[in-house]
Amino acid sequence: MDLRYTDAEQAFRGELRSWLETTLPGLPPKPSPHDWPGRRTYDTHWQRLLFDAGYAGIDWPVEGGGSGSSPVEELIFKEELERARAPYVGVNFVGLLHAGPTIIAEGTPEQRRRFLPPILQGDEVWCQGFSEPDAGSDLASLRTRGVRDGDDYVVTGSKIWTSHAEVADYCELLVRTGADDSRHRGISWLILTMDTPGVEIRPLTTIAGSTEFAEIFLDEVRVPVANRVGEENDGWRVTMVTLSFERGTAFVGDLLEAIELLSSAVALAQRTGAWSDPGVRRQAGHLRAELDALWALTKRNVSQAARTGIPGVGGTFFKLAYSETRQRLGEFSLALLGRAGLAADDIEGLDLEGPLPAETMVEDWIRGISLTIAAGTSQIQRNIVGERILGLPKEPVSTDGAEREPTRQRT
Amino acid sequence: MDFELTEFQADLAEGVRRLCAGQFPLEQVRLPESTERVVDRAGWRQLGDAGVFNLCLAEEAGGVGLGLAEAALVFEELGRALLPGPLVASHLAAGLIDGADDGSVVAGLVERPDPDRPEAAGVVPVIIEHLGDLDVLLLLSDTGVASVDPASLDATRLKRPMDPLTPVWVVPELPEGTPVAGPEIAAWWRRDGAVLTAALQIGMAAWTTELAVEYAKQRRQFGRPIGGFQAIKHLCADMAVRTEVARCAVHAAAVTVDQPDVGDALVAVAGAKLLADEAAVANGRSCIQVHGGMGFTWEVPAHLAYKRARVLATEFGTEGALAESLAESLAESGRGVR
Repeated sequence: MDLRYTDAEQAFRGELRSWLETTLPGLPPKPSPHDWPGRRTYDTHWQRLLFDAGYAGIDWPVEGGGSGSSPVEELIFKEELERARAPYVGVNFVGLLHAGPTIIAEGTPEQRRRFLPPILQGDEVWCQGFSEPDAGSDLASLRTRGVRDGDDYVVTGSKIWTSHAEVADYCELLVRTGADDSRHRGISWLILTMDTPGVEIRPLTTIAGSTEFAEIFLDEVRVPVANRVGEENDGWRVTMVTLSFERGTAFVGDLLEAIELLSSAVALAQRTGAWSDPGVRRQAGHLRAELDALWALTKRNVSQAARTGIPGVGGTFFKLAYSETRQRLGEFSLALLGRAGLAADDIEGLDLEGPLPAETMVEDWIRGISLTIAAGTSQIQRNIVGERILGLPKEPVSTDGAEREPTRQRT
Repeated sequence: MDFELTEFQADLAEGVRRLCAGQFPLEQVRLPESTERVVDRAGWRQLGDAGVFNLCLAEEAGGVGLGLAEAALVFEELGRALLPGPLVASHLAAGLIDGADDGSVVAGLVERPDPDRPEAAGVVPVIIEHLGDLDVLLLLSDTGVASVDPASLDATRLKRPMDPLTPVWVVPELPEGTPVAGPEIAAWWRRDGAVLTAALQIGMAAWTTELAVEYAKQRRQFGRPIGGFQAIKHLCADMAVRTEVARCAVHAAAVTVDQPDVGDALVAVAGAKLLADEAAVANGRSCIQVHGGMGFTWEVPAHLAYKRARVLATEFGTEGALAESLAESLAESGRGVR
């Protein structure tokens, strides 16, 4: 067990840090949260800058056009970007973290040539069409139909929780090509071009007021067979393969952000006088211990990925613990705001020390509610730990023969 | 950076696990020969021979010269085996008290009440664990460490110890004792003692998880194993998560003590002890719950781990004090942050 970084790792960090220092001040102003075309432009411009500097696809293998960095370098990359408050991956999320890795692993040479470079360069944006209104935790029950007709699949059905659908060029789409009851054995993985006739998008507004999600309705949409990744009816396995690209760094930025938020909450408590309450101090102390432990768990998971090349079980432990800790942090901050938390506006404090940080804290609290739901609810995660890690008997039907539940897109 | 166990570290832990399974099986550990003494002297020597006490002592002082990280891995295994006795105290005393390093002397330790800290001084007299087994009792305070002859104390054994494997005595007051170390050593002991106690806790947390999972697979109700019901499955999943998170915290704390430039060791140690105590206590409790009625009997050893976890949670930092010290560190680093 060694927590010291090697000279090479420190050199990587140093170069990245100086690149961020020179690059970030030149970024255009951030677009408003609801301006999706503006956000696409902003996020893809950032991706282009990363690409030009050789940092695009930090977690992609060299054969896919990535930098072939080690898991530890990937950890450093995400740590430095968060510390420098660099832009988030944003609309590039699905392309970089899901669709791209899937095509690297399972795509044809032609599909790789066609689709991978534009993801890395920020030219094309992807979204995800996995979940359906009636197929959430039980994804293998999805019913969107893909019927073979000559060189096309004719796809009809609906998808939900599709982030960035409005500005996406392509969608990674899971459709049922097998019998109705074929579950995970009858699913195919398709590349859908979003401007194909018959695709209708209906935005969903979250309880946080954000609009990144959409429902997609597909009415006899034609998808060329050439856009199928992997074999027909083998889409479930194709989706699973993608998971092997996760190297324990998925939440690095979020975790460091949480540590920063805890500091802000403590500063607020000191300002309001709440810090003299031992109950408040102890809650803060607990949160500190938990966040530090999750940072240690992250390093353990990354180290394991570096040793074995595959993600261990630690990712599931991490997600369960992190999402609940982060929610407690949100509740803690909101309680500290008191009545200033009745609006997400940074109103001036009476102590003349400037605005109270209500915007960040209220938003963080309400967004945090999604953490125990998105990318596999905490209940499903507990089933995974119980069944696949501890070896307890399975639920009667829920995971019926499935090797592993896919990790759904994070928001 | 590689935060996985090295091959040597994994082998070390495995070796101690095998030693415990062979020499200190639970059926023997749970039935000590007397209610006053739980340390098996020959066994204690074996632990000494295995390096449990002199692991961190420098080689020139006759020790093994390893770091706190290795010691934490060893203590995790001792915790998993529910081994009773003043293990942490004797480890700390190695090098300072003759014979502690090879297990020929059993050293115990108690925190001297601090009149400046009313929550510690309070109304509760001094409670001493394992006094009947001790050759020497060490008194720990901010100013240093002093040694006392256990036989010289006016101590009363309490008839109904909470943990049957941790006999306790009460003394009205502690003597001055003979100074054996100064404030610097005392601070080290508090830090390393917290890490090793936390290591015992995560060993127990892991063990109670396994015990609960095993039972949940075997016990059948409503025609199937109870582990198939989410209500039980999720209890077990939470036990596993708690253990793993706390385990990483304890390992990181130990490594941070060994490699001081990677972080603030005192913060890491306080957080690790806090989470390890919580994991051991909560898992002990859940283990009893999963066992249902049988968990409330002496037939099932779950209660031993739960009770021991409660004992260890009072040593080397309690929940309130640990959380408070973490809060202090936040207050210092948080100043100026908006």
